[in-house]
Amino acid sequence: MSRQENVLFPELSRPIIIVDKLSKTFNDGKIKAVDNVGFEVKEGEIFGFLGPNGAGKTTTINMLTTLLKPSSGNAEVCGYDIRKHSNEVRRAVGVVPQEYTADEEMTGYDNIILCADLYGLPRSDSKKHADELLGLVELHDAARRKVSTYSGGMRRRLELACGLINYPKLLFLDEPTLGLDVQTRAAVWKYIRMLKEQYRMTLFLTTHYMEEADTLCDRIAIIDHGHIVKTGTPEELKASVGGDVITVTVKEREPDLSPEIAQIGLVKDVKKNDGAYRIKAELGEETTPQIMDLIRSKGLHVTKISLAKPTLDEAYLEFTGRELREEETDRMQMFSQRLTMRRARS
Amino acid sequence: MDEKIPPGRETSLQQATVQEELPRESPAPDQEPSRTVPRLNTSPLHGLWALTKRDLKKWYTNPYQLLISLIQPAVWLGLFGKAVNFGSFISAGGGSPAQQNAILLGIFGTTSYFSFLACGMLAFIILFTSAFSGMSVVFDRRFGFLNKALSTPVGRGTVVTAKVLQSVARSLIQSAIVLGIAVALGMDTSQITVLGVLGSFVLLFLMAMGLSSLFVMLALRSSNWQTQMAIINLLNLPLLFASNALFPTKLMPAWLRDVVKVNPVSYANDGVRQLLLGAIGANSLFVDFAYLIGFASLFSIVGIVLSWRLLSK
Repeated sequence: MSRQENVLFPELSRPIIIVDKLSKTFNDGKIKAVDNVGFEVKEGEIFGFLGPNGAGKTTTINMLTTLLKPSSGNAEVCGYDIRKHSNEVRRAVGVVPQEYTADEEMTGYDNIILCADLYGLPRSDSKKHADELLGLVELHDAARRKVSTYSGGMRRRLELACGLINYPKLLFLDEPTLGLDVQTRAAVWKYIRMLKEQYRMTLFLTTHYMEEADTLCDRIAIIDHGHIVKTGTPEELKASVGGDVITVTVKEREPDLSPEIAQIGLVKDVKKNDGAYRIKAELGEETTPQIMDLIRSKGLHVTKISLAKPTLDEAYLEFTGRELREEETDRMQMFSQRLTMRRARS
Repeated sequence: MDEKIPPGRETSLQQATVQEELPRESPAPDQEPSRTVPRLNTSPLHGLWALTKRDLKKWYTNPYQLLISLIQPAVWLGLFGKAVNFGSFISAGGGSPAQQNAILLGIFGTTSYFSFLACGMLAFIILFTSAFSGMSVVFDRRFGFLNKALSTPVGRGTVVTAKVLQSVARSLIQSAIVLGIAVALGMDTSQITVLGVLGSFVLLFLMAMGLSSLFVMLALRSSNWQTQMAIINLLNLPLLFASNALFPTKLMPAWLRDVVKVNPVSYANDGVRQLLLGAIGANSLFVDFAYLIGFASLFSIVGIVLSWRLLSK
């Protein structure tokens, strides 16, 4: 279903993930990991779950991939109810967990074949498919080596290949670039974009890296303390913290045009001091020429102009607060995260 | 889901803005991963075999592990069995060979203590291999493999059964090797028949099945290998000593005899000795088989039921 049809007839194509008031509590309700969360993911988009450590990202993924049972609420994934049809959900989606799950003592190829067997792929198909996927993540040469000899980047690519083995329409990626170096991160991003553009896959990823969410995701939900605090495109999120900042420098003696500039539709706020206007506006690229035209039409001169886009960092801090997190995690989670980081850097 | 979330509530705007980069429905992409999904084999045996094979392959491609696990019973057989020969107490006590044999038969059910012990060693190696079956669950949980397996359509019961089966297979192979060592060291083979050997291994299979299920079950929730080691040590030696593996039940105090009577290891030993040595058993073969069938079925079923509850939080 193309997105255009979605817009015109939203009822025709159901979102691939529909989450409804999903909650998960641990320790008899004392810890609310995910609290009454609701969102939708449309087919074909890259949807990012952005939030600090311990915000409930992994818990949400674990519920959507049926590893955890929700305490309350429900969700529909690929048309299946996660409570009632967990087997169908597992068959339909691919999962790339945060940890490295490959068996160290086996070769990369054997690991993929094992995944294929677990999904019930017939042997006639799994060998061919494993080779294709190893080619896709550029691991062909290392396929017959034990995973214990792999670098962090190679392990992450192998995990990605394993997650794709069952031809999923929807792929869950939990912190896909945690602890990776810049080159490997760029490679993982390349694969993710390829999966979306060439293979028409829907991707749901969690991250706490701002630039990852910004460059990859079509839409982002910021989650904190188990709540979704904001949903939107990266542009919308950035715009919501006050929009672009346009700085226009003019000759000092010229009259103040602030009231006229403020009349321009997209301009939100204008301040002038020391011969420079500091203008907050939405869609800065479109507003800037209008400001130029306005100033010129008064016969005045612009000496310098600059446009600064707000970063996602600012939006993120705006919504999640600036205080440092002293989050409590259990021992097992700490161990697994440290292990992941250590292996990523090997 | 009953309640629908209204679609496009907050998204109509960005849909319009990103429209250009979106792929159209057709034409079909030429890349392979978008091929149609092949017919899947949804039989639970498919995943069961894959998981069992994984563990077995790791075992037999690591010959050191096999070697080390065989040293222990070989030491027991070669050193303990030869040095601490309870049978020699009786021969040293004097009397005619016929009288001595009658006493030996009365106590051990056979005239050779070494053969008596050798049969006990078959159960011993199975007990120790089974005890460690839970460890691999702990490590799989720790290193993330368990979570991966659980995120695939493979059933929770299958994951647990595979752990039990790999342990059973290893146990039986190791006890077959121990039997070979015992024969080489002088175990009495005058009564051995093919049927007897097969019957013995059925008994050993049942015992391995029950014990492995027990230890896997105890590891289902654990992510801490130290705790698991403590559990193994806590159960292993009592199961061994409170059985007839090393010493005949007849010479034990009455309270201990009652413990021995519920210990499945005793039933395996009792049956195996009757089948391999023609020994006089404490129970009939029927009772030995029936007890172990009950033990194996009960613990396998409880293990699978617990896996449904404990492997999903």
